[in-house]
Amino acid sequence: MNRENPLVLGIESSCDETGIGIVRGRTLLSNTIASSMDEHARYGGVVPEVAARAHLEAMGPSIEAAMAEAGVTFDELDAIAVTSGPGLSGALMVGVGAAKALALATNKPFYAVNHLVGHVGADILDTRGEPFDYPTIALLVSGGHTSLLLVRDLVGDVELLGETIDDAAGEAFDKVARILGLPYPGGPQIDRAAEGGNPAAIRFPRGLSLPKDMAEHRYDFSFSGLKTAVARWVERAEDAGEEIPVADVAASFREAVVDVLVTKAINACRDLGVPRLLLGGGVVANARLREVATERAAAAGVALRIPPFSLCTDNGAMIAALAAQLIMAGKQPSSLGVAADSTLPVTEIQVAELTEG
Amino acid sequence: MYLAIDTSTGTGVALVSANGEIRASRVLTDTRRHVEVVGTFIQEVLAETGTTAAQISAVAAGMGPGPFTGLRIGIAAARAFGQGANIPVIPLVSHDALALEWYENGGTGELLVTTDARRRELYWSRYSGLDAAGIPVREAGPALARPEDLDIAETERLGTAGTAPHRVDAVGIPAGSLGILAQRVRAAGRPGAEDEALYLRPPDIAAQGPRKRVS
Ligand SMILES: [Zn+2]
Repeated sequence: MNRENPLVLGIESSCDETGIGIVRGRTLLSNTIASSMDEHARYGGVVPEVAARAHLEAMGPSIEAAMAEAGVTFDELDAIAVTSGPGLSGALMVGVGAAKALALATNKPFYAVNHLVGHVGADILDTRGEPFDYPTIALLVSGGHTSLLLVRDLVGDVELLGETIDDAAGEAFDKVARILGLPYPGGPQIDRAAEGGNPAAIRFPRGLSLPKDMAEHRYDFSFSGLKTAVARWVERAEDAGEEIPVADVAASFREAVVDVLVTKAINACRDLGVPRLLLGGGVVANARLREVATERAAAAGVALRIPPFSLCTDNGAMIAALAAQLIMAGKQPSSLGVAADSTLPVTEIQVAELTEG
Repeated sequence: MYLAIDTSTGTGVALVSANGEIRASRVLTDTRRHVEVVGTFIQEVLAETGTTAAQISAVAAGMGPGPFTGLRIGIAAARAFGQGANIPVIPLVSHDALALEWYENGGTGELLVTTDARRRELYWSRYSGLDAAGIPVREAGPALARPEDLDIAETERLGTAGTAPHRVDAVGIPAGSLGILAQRVRAAGRPGAEDEALYLRPPDIAAQGPRKRVS
């Protein structure tokens, strides 16, 4: 196996995107994504069984498309990598089953890696400037997760500082969009609706931000109470026969989410003396999040990195990139007996590494 | 050589030679550990027979019927193996392997096979025998039914004079027989089954109702 500049194919199927990525060392060759998002739209959120069925159908064609785009053959690959968790278990299993068989058919080493750490690894593929040094704080926000990490070493030392104790931030966007009568997915809809709205019009609660919460949950998030507060506000206005100021509600809700995300992330940078913040996950598409993060990071003297959107959403390239780093760091392949683990902790960067020899 | 993979009930993996002999096989009836064992099983049957992926000429994929999550893992693995080794995948109805095994072991006449579909339902298929190519002739199914409804339907079908078919309520699919079936299907120039997972149930989804009040 080439450990200098390994050619790796990565498979990602933890949620509703079937992602196949191919990288050579730190260079991106293909980032192919098939999404089943449209199939979930009428249910207002990702339906696990629908996502898993879609993965099975999209897997083969996506692998073929990625190989063609990268212009490589299976023979040339140095390894096959896959997300083994965290995520939706039925969805993860499709990718893990496919990856194991692909590794056996091509006689290539198999690496099972952590999805959240993969999001951090995506930064490596961003060609705009040098990737981050470590340690760095990483804020990962999507429809499936909201996590704050301290990354001391991408392949050896990742610590979970905090995460959501109820809804993911992306989920809150979907639910509030629904309250406002907007379609799924809610993120871009809320963004559009908030245009021209006053973010200070309504003071919605900032979850886990009161002094008493900050002792125990300094870096944790909660968006369930916020969603309920928006629903209450809208219901009260409806009962009173008032017209709902959708732009103000959307802008004020979005401000509450963004405020709490960025405040806690910058707090972590300050508290831990880490002057670097990396954003990842699909919610990074939110323009207001990027804006507020940019302002407050600058004010706090924290360097900010936001990979391009195609590398922020779930994708196979980040999985391949992380595996390439593991290979370059001398890590052995994973056991072919690994399971899918829907709650895989971030401390497990690689799953079931075989002992040498 | 044919590599056969089925996860429609438990997990079954087998290697069958070009002339239709089972060379190695692995079975696990546990219906929750498909993803853990599928790779190891493939690795083991290859190692046990000293076979390389390049020596496999086709992959037999059991397409079900099977409950959702497990079924997909074997199909995903079979397709990925075929893709990686650049060989065809032959999709097959998993129940056909049960029928082949039963007739090959001397069974004659009508056969009804069932497998567990969970939620107190069964998957079933009915066969009349093997054809000239040694391939089971499926007269009905695969289909989904509650056990009592299947009994009623069979009683009605047979009337007063008919003899009930022999019945096999299987807990696992014999992957070796699936491999033999693939070899016979290929030798006979048949296309195999539809390349589609046989869930026989729509996904579990509740369409969104109207928004509920919180206050
Ligand atoms: Zn993600």
